[in-house]
Amino acid sequence: MLPDPSRSAVQHGLVDVEQWSVWFGATAALSEVSLRITPGGVTALIGPSGCGKSTLLRSINRMNDGAAGLRHAGHIRLDGADIYAPSTDSSVLRQRVGMVFQRSNPFPKSVLDNVTYGARLNGMTDRRELEALAERSLRRAALWDEVKDRLGQSALRLSGGQQQRLCIARALANDPDVLLLDEPASALDPVATLRIEELLYDLRRDVTIVIVTHNLQQAARVSDRTAFLLAGRLIECDDTARLFTSPREPRTEAYITGRFG
Amino acid sequence: MSALAAPSRVQRTERMARRRRMGSFMTVVVWCAALLSVVPLILIAAHLIIGGARVLSPTFFTALPAPPGVSGGGVANGVAGTLVLLGIASVIGMPIGLGAGLYLAEHGRTRLATIVRYLSDVLSGLPSIVVGIFAWELIVRPSGQFSALAGGFALGMIMIPLVARATEEMVRLVPVALREAALALGFTRWRSSLQIVLRTALPGIVTAALVAVARVAGETAPLLFTAFGTPFWSLRLDRPIAALPLQIYNYATSPYDDWRAQAWGGALVLIALVLVISIIARRVTRSRFGAATGGARGD
Ligand SMILES: Nc1ncnc2c1ncn2[C@@H]1O[C@H](COP(=O)(O)OP(=O)(O)OP(=O)(O)O)[C@@H](O)[C@H]1O
Ligand SMILES: [Mg+2]
Repeated sequence: MLPDPSRSAVQHGLVDVEQWSVWFGATAALSEVSLRITPGGVTALIGPSGCGKSTLLRSINRMNDGAAGLRHAGHIRLDGADIYAPSTDSSVLRQRVGMVFQRSNPFPKSVLDNVTYGARLNGMTDRRELEALAERSLRRAALWDEVKDRLGQSALRLSGGQQQRLCIARALANDPDVLLLDEPASALDPVATLRIEELLYDLRRDVTIVIVTHNLQQAARVSDRTAFLLAGRLIECDDTARLFTSPREPRTEAYITGRFG
Repeated sequence: MSALAAPSRVQRTERMARRRRMGSFMTVVVWCAALLSVVPLILIAAHLIIGGARVLSPTFFTALPAPPGVSGGGVANGVAGTLVLLGIASVIGMPIGLGAGLYLAEHGRTRLATIVRYLSDVLSGLPSIVVGIFAWELIVRPSGQFSALAGGFALGMIMIPLVARATEEMVRLVPVALREAALALGFTRWRSSLQIVLRTALPGIVTAALVAVARVAGETAPLLFTAFGTPFWSLRLDRPIAALPLQIYNYATSPYDDWRAQAWGGALVLIALVLVISIIARRVTRSRFGAATGGARGD
């Protein structure tokens, strides 16, 4: 049994999605989604391809900004503050809400440079400080032991799974309150996937995690709560154990028992 | 013969044979065309080397042009002048071209971008002598004299669209995933453009910029009434300045035999200069692909 997330140490990272709708041109990607993501713990977003999981995830750090024909309605609040308010600086927001993508995307630079990129953006220049930050972040991403002797090497030489954990370390170096992951293990083999899942299990204690996954077993393994989306609508959001064993909605049941999607 | 009727065995082999004959004939045709296409290059190169080597000597690079009848003149001022002109052209053409290209790549769908892209295409299609007239109107006429500045300005105008389009293409090649990685870390858009996108695309842009320099190095028409040329040693930007293409033009159209020989020598030097720039450009390109294949590994 997973530990009770309400006893978690996390204080920040409450994400409140209220009547959130998104359109790309004429197509509605999300319709009036309301969802509360409480600090600490892991929330999984599941649903068939094209149902809007990525769109919802990318709404939380405003990565959709700049997409052609984007319109939205409703509110998303992070610890009470509307992240789409005119006064919100999206680059400051993204330092608080980190993101890891489906395909690992390290910069073509050294391992060390990758991890410290965000910190150097914020003006950290002291080499000792940067190295300490890198070690701390790489340890949190369970990558330190594997790369501690090759910090100066190109990040592109790491294995796929290591690259993905490097991307997690890079996001963690900003010390975010929320970490968004969009199918982070879908390009990895089972062993590398397991390492990522273990990592999320450890991280959930001090950062709010939202993960999109196509893999229902993975959702069941790593998450405390699961939200099921279908055609841009939130069908059901509940404790993971309850959603997978006794869903309230017939459509949820149909999906998790593999009858569509 | 009906199209639906299955062709007999005989018809089929006959058709095959016809196709094979046609195939070998076409192979010969394209082979000849390929050969013909390199003939001019070989002829020019041979001519240049035979004609130019005669006058090439160490003094050819260190001496100033000699009056007709006096042997042993050189193109020292022309080489220096061409380098100065290319320098001015780069100072004007590269930053503007780079900025415009970056803008086109990053904001390519806006109305302004469409207009800029169209105008830059128009500019790159403009005959270079027209650019020369423009520089004359803008700089030579108001200032009352031919100048290196005017010549460099004209060459820079020609460079802008070349650099802009190349930059746009190179920047577009930078994977979206890398931009998103930077944005997701809290980079503002322009910072990710400068720090991630431009840096990743830089080798390609440098290559393209060098190709643009090589391209304008041989331009003559826009210099005729801007840089104007001079037989003397001058590096002043506000005075007429010598340039290799201008010297070649003057020598080649002169009635004196030793001047025409000098034209061949100048042409050889100019080609060598362009060649060196191109080789540097290829080196930069190669090191880019070398880094990409040597450093990356698939997952
Ligand atoms: N940038 C965009 N421009 C236009 N349409 C988009 C854009 N991003 C997403 N969409 C559309 O929004 C809808 C939801 O897409 P989204 O990527 O959120 O689905 P998803 O649930 O993540 O799917 P998958 O499981 O395949 O990743 C789709 O119809 C998609 O075509
Ligand atoms: Mg998706």
